[in-house]
Amino acid sequence: MTIPWDLIVIQTINGIVTGMILALVASGLTLIFGIMDVVNFAHGELFMLGAYLGVVVMATSGNFWLALVVSVLVVALLGAALQIVTLRPLLGRDPLMTILATFGISLVLQNYALWQFGPVARKIPEPFTGRFHLFYLEYPYYRLMIAALSGAIIGGFWLFLKYGKFGIWIRATTQDRLMAQAMGIPVPLVLTVSFAIGAGMAAASGVLFGPLVGVNHIMGLDWVLKAFIVVVVGGMGNLGGSVLAAIFISLLEAYASIWVSPAQAVIVSFIVLILTLLFRPTGLFVPTPK
Amino acid sequence: MSKRDKTIYWTGFAIIVGLLIIAPLVLPEFWKRFLTEILIWGLLAMSSDILIGYTGMVSFGHSAFFGLGMYGAAAAILLFAPPQMLLALVFGLIAAAAVSVFVAYFSTRLRDIYFAITTLIFSQIFYVIIFTWTEVTGGENGLTFKRPELGIPGLWSTPFTTETLHWFVLAIVTASYLILRRITQSPFGMVLQSIRENEPRTRAIGYPVERYKIMAVMLSGLFAGLAGVLYAIQNRFVAPDFVFFLVSGEVVIFNLIGGIGTLVGPIVGAASFLLLREVLSRVLTEHYLIPVGIIFVAMVIFLPQGLLGFMRRWLNR
Repeated sequence: MTIPWDLIVIQTINGIVTGMILALVASGLTLIFGIMDVVNFAHGELFMLGAYLGVVVMATSGNFWLALVVSVLVVALLGAALQIVTLRPLLGRDPLMTILATFGISLVLQNYALWQFGPVARKIPEPFTGRFHLFYLEYPYYRLMIAALSGAIIGGFWLFLKYGKFGIWIRATTQDRLMAQAMGIPVPLVLTVSFAIGAGMAAASGVLFGPLVGVNHIMGLDWVLKAFIVVVVGGMGNLGGSVLAAIFISLLEAYASIWVSPAQAVIVSFIVLILTLLFRPTGLFVPTPK
Repeated sequence: MSKRDKTIYWTGFAIIVGLLIIAPLVLPEFWKRFLTEILIWGLLAMSSDILIGYTGMVSFGHSAFFGLGMYGAAAAILLFAPPQMLLALVFGLIAAAAVSVFVAYFSTRLRDIYFAITTLIFSQIFYVIIFTWTEVTGGENGLTFKRPELGIPGLWSTPFTTETLHWFVLAIVTASYLILRRITQSPFGMVLQSIRENEPRTRAIGYPVERYKIMAVMLSGLFAGLAGVLYAIQNRFVAPDFVFFLVSGEVVIFNLIGGIGTLVGPIVGAASFLLLREVLSRVLTEHYLIPVGIIFVAMVIFLPQGLLGFMRRWLNR
């Protein structure tokens, strides 16, 4: 069997592009998990709602960047509201309760989207249509821009966590909620804002992903599962690990789909997850705990 | 349990089973089937209660056990002519048991949320396999088949009617309830409950916690597979949708609505959920899941013990 080099190059680029979007989704998920022990089942639905808002704003204004900003803000606000109404009362209870609550939220959001937008997939037009030659393909520049933009958002978020005052509050609350409160950090506010940031990041990835394939009401399910795998493989609550894991898994899936159908390529990431759990349950991309 | 409590308990048990026996004789056709369906979903939810309520592990992968039970039964029915009830049971249980050994071995190494996510991912693995392996499983379209006859091979057999199917399911569900109740009250069940209450201490006392957890997952998976076999027989149809993780989510919802750690609670939960869905879907057509979701979230926040939570201690004595 000859090695199809051209396919491998194409799939490497594809894998990095989806990997960066996945990294954006997973960073929000891992932030929310790290800071409040909430496994957010509704994360995929926030992603999906973000994409739909992108469709709506795009249809009325025609401006992709406006769509991106509006959708992020609206979904962030929605996230804050959801956190206050459903997750704040559950603080301090078994983390499993939060899985159940967010599962309920995801049912509601998903069926709301079905009700509002119907079962037919919508599409966001690409903001710019330039293409370049890649072997026998006309590869759109837009895809590369998505990867860069996702990277920029994650990088900005990392800088914010590292140097911003609020970012430092978030890290302090993640480390020790009680101590943070004792130092005068408004912990409930920090939790709500973190959830909103996570939701906003999910929405951003939704809008960015929208032009690649259609937007429909069940797209969130796929992504939340992948994001869970990424978060576990990368090490729960670990931002850098999640980004690396997202790219790693997307690349593997992209290579696998050279030989098998994309539906079966998903199994590769499942296997990575199982192997990780067996041999390094703390995550692949974190330093070995002493 | 005092003698008086015991009398009350068994009288209540007899009355409810009695009512369920009479039910198909008086109910209209649609509600007969609906009741049978409630019992089957109740059995599935009850099997998951062994993990959620008694061992303290929330499984989001019960759709895999349930689905494999269904596909196992379907395989037996399609491979052997004429289809035999007993073979369907055996095949379904073997399929579910094999899957649960596999899932149990890997997932019990993890705790809490990680366990939930791992079981979820495992059920998705089986979903993808079943969904894409079209030659064997029929892929997205699933498999349709005839309902096997009720009977003992070589001795006697008779086709199922709605009534006999209901009684057959009722007998299996009642027997499963009694077996599971006995198990949860046995020393083995006590160890499971002590894992739920305090895992490090259970380990410190000297119990091999991992082995007990694996046993618990397998037990749970086996009864979930049994529910799958029954559902395949009732439905005469299997599809990958039943392996999809939303089914597992519904099972967890049944448990939470009815009250975890009660065994009967999940059946009550399944009944209330399915009734609610039936009523709401007539009013709201396909959007019934919106109010269902809202009610569920409210229950998680305000009534985490579930409908039967108040009698949990009493039911377990």
